[in-house]
Amino acid sequence: MSDDVNKNKGLGTDAPSGFGSSSRRAFLSRLGSVGLLATTAPLARAVPPATSEPPTTPSTPTPPQTGLPVTLLINGTEHKLQLDPRTTLLDCLRENIGLTGTKKGCDHGQCGACTVHINGRRVNSCLSFAVMHEGDEITTIEGLGQPGNLHPMQAAFVACDGYQCGYCTSGQIMSAAALMNEPCGPHDADVKELMSGNICRCGAYSNIVAAIQSVRQKKLSAS
Amino acid sequence: MHTFELTRPTDVTSAATAAASANTAQQGAEIRFIAGGTTLIDLMKLNVEQPHTLIDLNRLPLGNVETLPDGGLKIGAMVRNSDLAHHPAVLRDYPVLSQALLSGASAQLRNKATTSGNLLQRTRCMYFRDTAMPCNKREPGSGCGAINGANRMMAILGTSEHCIATNPSDMNVALTALEATIHIQNGQATRSVPINEFYVLPGDAPQRETVLEPGDLITHVTLPAPVANSKSLYLKLRDRASYEFALASAAVIVKIESNQLSYARVALGGVGTKPWRSKEAEQALAGATLSESSFRNAAEAALHGARPQSQNGFKIELAKRCLTHALKLATQTA
Repeated sequence: MSDDVNKNKGLGTDAPSGFGSSSRRAFLSRLGSVGLLATTAPLARAVPPATSEPPTTPSTPTPPQTGLPVTLLINGTEHKLQLDPRTTLLDCLRENIGLTGTKKGCDHGQCGACTVHINGRRVNSCLSFAVMHEGDEITTIEGLGQPGNLHPMQAAFVACDGYQCGYCTSGQIMSAAALMNEPCGPHDADVKELMSGNICRCGAYSNIVAAIQSVRQKKLSAS
Repeated sequence: MHTFELTRPTDVTSAATAAASANTAQQGAEIRFIAGGTTLIDLMKLNVEQPHTLIDLNRLPLGNVETLPDGGLKIGAMVRNSDLAHHPAVLRDYPVLSQALLSGASAQLRNKATTSGNLLQRTRCMYFRDTAMPCNKREPGSGCGAINGANRMMAILGTSEHCIATNPSDMNVALTALEATIHIQNGQATRSVPINEFYVLPGDAPQRETVLEPGDLITHVTLPAPVANSKSLYLKLRDRASYEFALASAAVIVKIESNQLSYARVALGGVGTKPWRSKEAEQALAGATLSESSFRNAAEAALHGARPQSQNGFKIELAKRCLTHALKLATQTA
């Protein structure tokens, strides 16, 4: 990963489970932490010893103990953090909060995999410093919907098979969900233009457009 | 990325004053304002910019669009590109600006990018963006990698032997055709600069791109009242249909009276080291008849001084056709 700041992440904690609990991700995360502890003692020392940590829930990794204090409102929950000012909102979500549904693709605002909503509008979280978002309402894919309670756009992506490998999908869905509240013409071409900030290397574009159009159609007929 | 101090002022004077002690307001400034961050954070990740202090402008009261008593428009520095593009007054009176904004970047980036930030959007020249490469703009005196390198996307107007980097903005091309004015505050003092005098040509100091000095904070942009019964249009030609920088673009504002052009403003994008106002084309169009040949004459005049590099000679003809076609489309709908 590009930034040194991420090395301060809490070790030995699991990311909150998204689709399916105690998953491959949790297993790999534990494995990765053990590997890190075994090979990089100085890094391990940068994290306070477990005995001095305040009790935390498994889904809340320990924040780094230095940096700027900031409170972020993410998916309706307040998170009090100490952040290196260089931490992007993307890295903060993934590494400090443990919300790994938001993906890092290019890290330069070119691919859209990191798309989240800030105060209801879609933005690239990789081109935002987290400490600049105190007071903002941040929504990630985890806050958009969950298994059993999917956002209509998530359900439409499933129904229309709007993905292949899935890496760009959370960014595609966040982008598409925000598009519903933006001026957009009725045609597929209009949707394609407004979705051009989300790249899909698998090329699932036609099904992504179909998913978005199906949600727009339902919204039209409901109104 | 180098670490930095972050301040979040809530009034304009404090923000401007906080930057006054910088050595420069140009490339490599150690104190930087940050608005949307879509250019600056990108360049900080590449170590092209390494400020030790960032002044966050997002708490300043500069986010409004207001109609002025003279019929013009006042656009706050922090107005987001997406909001400006969809503002009713812009859609009604300055469609060229809305079209230019919506042709740039992606919906996500337009939601972040601001008016003042986009005025200062940096070039996409790959030699500028790569610290392993020579670049006179990033590191004065190190040479220009583009002149004998990959220069297909580079400028053909306003270049020098030291720099051929293109100004990538679409918004700035429309603002140039609209004869916008940039309003700047430094401490308590304010001044205004016509957009065509705001940007400077690279010459032998390509690290300098604008007239901005340390402590200068752009507060707003004003547009003159729209010309009655005029039509405006932005045409952008690029390698792919969306989310791509211009190979050539044209912003035109025209007014037709008795089958002749009684008013014409022309600016070109994707071809200049700054947003390229073409008074030569405007002179050629003054009183011209509505014909393809008069539009082509104007395009010939606009590109008269173009200097191609080894890979971008095609841009001369492309820009001519772009302007010719833009004039044709604008006068068809007039």
